[in-house]
Amino acid sequence: MDVNVSSKLKHNRAVGEALPHDSAHLHVTGRATYTDDLPEPRGLLHLAVGMSQKPHANIRAMDLTEVLATPGVVDICVAADIAGDNNYGPIVADDPVFADELVQYVGQPVFAVAATSADSARKAARKGAIDYEELEAILDPLTAVAKGSFVLPSETLVRGDPDKALENSPYRVQRQVSLGGQDQFYLEGHIAMAIPQEDGGLLIYSSTQHPDEVQSMAAHATGRAAKDIVVICRRMGGAFGGKESQAALIAIIASIMADKTSRPCKLRLDRDDDMIMTGKRHDFVIDYDAGFDDTGRILGIDFEFAARCGMSADLSGPVNDRAMFHCDNAYYLSNVRIVSHRCKTNTVSNTAFRGFGGPQGMFAIEYVIEDIARTLGKDPLEIRRRNFYGKDARNVTPYRQTVDDNIIDEIFDKLVVDSDYENRRTEIRKFNAASKVLRRGISMTPVKFGISFTNTFLNQAGALINVYKDGTVQLNHGGTEMGQGLYVKVAQVVADEFQIGIDRIRIMAADTSRVPNASATAASSGSDMNGKAAQKAAATIRARLTEFAARHFSVSEAEVNFHGGRVSAADHSLSFVELVQMAWADRVSLSATGYYKTPKINYDRSTFSGRPFFYFAYGAAVTEVVVDRLTGENRILRADILHDCGDSLNPAVDLGQIEGGYVQGVGWLTTEELWWNEAGELGTHSPSTYKIPTCSDLAPDFRVELMQSGNPENTIYRSKAVGEPPLMLCLSAFHAIRDAIAENDRSLPDLHAPATPEAILRAISGAADE
Amino acid sequence: MATSSIRFVLDGEVIEVDNVDPTRTVLQFLREDLRRKGTKEGCAEGDCGACTVVVAEVNRDDLSLKAVNSCIQFLPTIDGKELITVESLSPPGSKLHPVQRAMVQQHGSQCGFCTPGFVMSLFALYKSNASPSRQDIDDALAGNLCRCTGYRPIIAAAESMYSEANGDSHADWLRQPAGAQQKPSDRVARLTSLARSDGLEIEHAGRRFYAPLDIDSLARLYARNSDATILAGGTDVGLWVTKQHRDLETVIYTGRVAELNALSVSSTHIEAGAAVTFTDVMPVIVGEYPGLDELFRRFASPPIRNAATLGGNIANGSPIGDSMAALMVVGASLVLRSGSATRELPLDAFYHDYQVNDLAPGEFLVSVRIPVSDPNAIVRSQKWSKRFDQDISAVCTAYCLELDGNTVKHFRMACGGLAPVVKRAAKCEQALTGKPWNEKSIEQACIALAADFSPISDMRASADIRLRAVQNLLRRFFHETEGNVDTTVYSYGRQR
Repeated sequence: MDVNVSSKLKHNRAVGEALPHDSAHLHVTGRATYTDDLPEPRGLLHLAVGMSQKPHANIRAMDLTEVLATPGVVDICVAADIAGDNNYGPIVADDPVFADELVQYVGQPVFAVAATSADSARKAARKGAIDYEELEAILDPLTAVAKGSFVLPSETLVRGDPDKALENSPYRVQRQVSLGGQDQFYLEGHIAMAIPQEDGGLLIYSSTQHPDEVQSMAAHATGRAAKDIVVICRRMGGAFGGKESQAALIAIIASIMADKTSRPCKLRLDRDDDMIMTGKRHDFVIDYDAGFDDTGRILGIDFEFAARCGMSADLSGPVNDRAMFHCDNAYYLSNVRIVSHRCKTNTVSNTAFRGFGGPQGMFAIEYVIEDIARTLGKDPLEIRRRNFYGKDARNVTPYRQTVDDNIIDEIFDKLVVDSDYENRRTEIRKFNAASKVLRRGISMTPVKFGISFTNTFLNQAGALINVYKDGTVQLNHGGTEMGQGLYVKVAQVVADEFQIGIDRIRIMAADTSRVPNASATAASSGSDMNGKAAQKAAATIRARLTEFAARHFSVSEAEVNFHGGRVSAADHSLSFVELVQMAWADRVSLSATGYYKTPKINYDRSTFSGRPFFYFAYGAAVTEVVVDRLTGENRILRADILHDCGDSLNPAVDLGQIEGGYVQGVGWLTTEELWWNEAGELGTHSPSTYKIPTCSDLAPDFRVELMQSGNPENTIYRSKAVGEPPLMLCLSAFHAIRDAIAENDRSLPDLHAPATPEAILRAISGAADE
Repeated sequence: MATSSIRFVLDGEVIEVDNVDPTRTVLQFLREDLRRKGTKEGCAEGDCGACTVVVAEVNRDDLSLKAVNSCIQFLPTIDGKELITVESLSPPGSKLHPVQRAMVQQHGSQCGFCTPGFVMSLFALYKSNASPSRQDIDDALAGNLCRCTGYRPIIAAAESMYSEANGDSHADWLRQPAGAQQKPSDRVARLTSLARSDGLEIEHAGRRFYAPLDIDSLARLYARNSDATILAGGTDVGLWVTKQHRDLETVIYTGRVAELNALSVSSTHIEAGAAVTFTDVMPVIVGEYPGLDELFRRFASPPIRNAATLGGNIANGSPIGDSMAALMVVGASLVLRSGSATRELPLDAFYHDYQVNDLAPGEFLVSVRIPVSDPNAIVRSQKWSKRFDQDISAVCTAYCLELDGNTVKHFRMACGGLAPVVKRAAKCEQALTGKPWNEKSIEQACIALAADFSPISDMRASADIRLRAVQNLLRRFFHETEGNVDTTVYSYGRQR
């Protein structure tokens, strides 16, 4: 048999090549199968959810007669139909699948309806007659703080003596600033299809970042054991954190109805229902008090964060922990207090979203830095450099992790030059002096983002590799593909381990029956952990093949080499396929698992100290904007980014993460506004009212470069995680806007996020009123 | 004669669909009936573009290809047309279409869910513009949302797709039956053969869909069924079905009525039939009134403008409709018909209150008469929203200013987003008329604006800021006329 080494495999190495996404040819032809595109089993029922219309109320009575009478309707289910636990809260059991007696937000599932078509189900779901006894609702974080309404206890992290440091500081700046949330707005809404199997088994196709959790939550809710459920996800049409914990809700509803009707059931949320029913990025109210000297060095700082968690804990604990861990960003804070309130509000339970609290923490400290610069009338760039972590001193974070991989100075030094920051800043100030209506602004901000789940036990991954007799490979691991390019990266790693073309590898769906107990594909950890696990699995098989070849050809194992689709054993040379066939005939196992746990990390949450992060990823961005002082409208003119990917596994994929993350972050801080009315109803629940960036919002001049300077830690091919960190490069856009609307370098516009035209007009008119 | 079947072309074959549900969407038909799963649903309201398909029609003996949102197009509206979906572009086993190849080469997909929609919008661009500028690309993709890439690689694909054709630029790469010709002339002939001599009448489960061909038939039908829903582009009525789950008993589609699809320009006015799409009418209006260019560029998105009609925008009468303020200040009027009676009404007299207008039962909009421009008048419109492209105005303004020296001879101003209807700013107009055109008068006019409007707070803007915005927009208009600013932030960004 001939072996054709893929033409894609240049230099006998797939790792580091800018290969296209493994599904690109399927995406562009419409042949990529998403959960709703799977063949529908005979008898499939389509579900819709009846939602609470009140933010906080007791259910006095519920009449679903009209629902059941709707043509096409087959069945309904309510809380009483749940055989197991009526909960899908991943950490705290406070997330009912269906509200029983109490509803806690507008949009909370109260019942589900199954019908022969999605149309019928959706029509019927609107007809539930629920009699509510309304209770007082808490609709914003500050009210929650005032009333002591929390989903989890407030946390405090202190280092040094911030009170004394503040008292002794020659300069102080204090502020309260609000920071909006963000809807994930994955293009594919939440969806799951549950198909009953023989002997009480259940097969669930779910659009989820966490098949294992869907499996265990569906098991708890349906009264099954994990062994009786298989969850499969080949790909998601975007997730961004939104399908980390809350995909379980959708899958559980489908499972409960499948059990009740003994028929396959599919629940695909309509866009509006998805946005109303499922959680988003936490909005924050940030208070700070910072003391500094005349060089701009921070002497003491006191942060207080109030985060809207919504009606339940969901992932709010670790999200807010991460906000606390990132309100240093790249800066050394000697005397610091961070108070974090996890506010319980009668709104949807907020959840993971790319950055996972990190963006909110960084937003806080970058605002402080800007305020210090403006108080002193200095270029914020100077203040940033003045406060950066040191290499050998001033290098311990508030949570006592030593920053030993710091490259922020190198990144800044290069980007300041590459972006021509200083000349442009001077030119912009000249332009502004002469321009009545349009003003420009520029800002350069850093990113230092900690990589690892802060819950140490989550930092583990598994893989399963099967080599078949024809020398081709099926690759399974616990990671999920949401568009981030994880699957092609891991396949590149495995291709290199076997020294075969990547076209010899088929990338399999995430499947809980192939790889059990996998953590969520989250925290940017996907390729770090699954890449290592898959590499180990491949290495195990390769070692067996090596041992066999050595034995067969009577050479030492050191003389066996895999290279370019072939294997040499001293003077013998044969194709990988030939070796595989011979090994199989010699009864060598060609299937292996691999397992990886992130080393070195340890962290004591009770004291907020230790090493929660294996390493840090760094980056910086310079953004220039133009703002209309009369209308508040704004536009990015140019963005320059330099971002640290370690030694990139796939520069094209990494570039895509950086560009996409930046633009998504800019959306969060500019056009994307979540708006609730006084009745607790979300007014922005569809793309007609919730505005994510479009094509024309992209900077006409957009320059992105990868900083490929390796990783001192032993990560997969010394690469670095890149999923979340680039999102926070967007802080430069927000501060460029603030720079543009400032009357001069000493004025302190009171700009809140998102910087919509309205927020900008308020900041400008506020300054005029003073 | 009622029929229950429609005919259209798909992949070179005539498809006849029997027993058509009048409000079944093209997307539902593709995904649920044909199991063509390439076209995706992202929002079911025409705002995300994941469902974009291309519809071909014969227009003056040529094929006109337009991207539309299949999620809100009712299936009977494609009767007699050709439907092109992402599956049509690269038949199994064939090479990828240049558009698709460019998207792969440029890493234009990540999660891939929006990708089929982008491919179809790019395909429409590919077929209509041989060397698009960045502005053309932005405009062509304004109706497609991507949450992963940040758009840079998609723009790169739009720029490189022409070179991916490798000189084979005439090939269509469209799926066809074996041996079939795909020359445009054959496709024109095939579509021409589907043309109906009589209007389409569908009955399905007690619900009716009529697509009359001439205005007299329309008048008769509507007189008989005055409770019918008039359907034009479907970009609003579609949502009544997909979002509000309303059952529309009787639908009368104006898209086939010849007189309502007429567009003409005389020495005195533009006459635009009520069913003329924005794509067709915009260039004519902007040609006459260049100051309305940015408004219309920002009006919805290409797939929406390809379906939505000027008449629909006016008759629907949303307080945040974008065309009415501009048409009011230039003195547009409406031609209305009921039975055989026709009357003409100034647009600014048409709206009485929120969703209440001057139409009598059975009366419908025939055309919009837009006077040609007065060389002495400055006409300008401003749209104020969170996002540049495809956003709904929080405030929309329009001005028509005529100066005599430095004195305001005539001043008309109309606003959307500030009241239950789009309306003239009467007190503001009065405050300025006859006054010197200077900052002091403008400040007086701003005070008058606060008496003209009592806006509300909603998800688009708060009441106080809406008022401040409209005052600032007026100030900005003044600065523009004084030469203090010659561009908006949007065009400023594009000049660099």
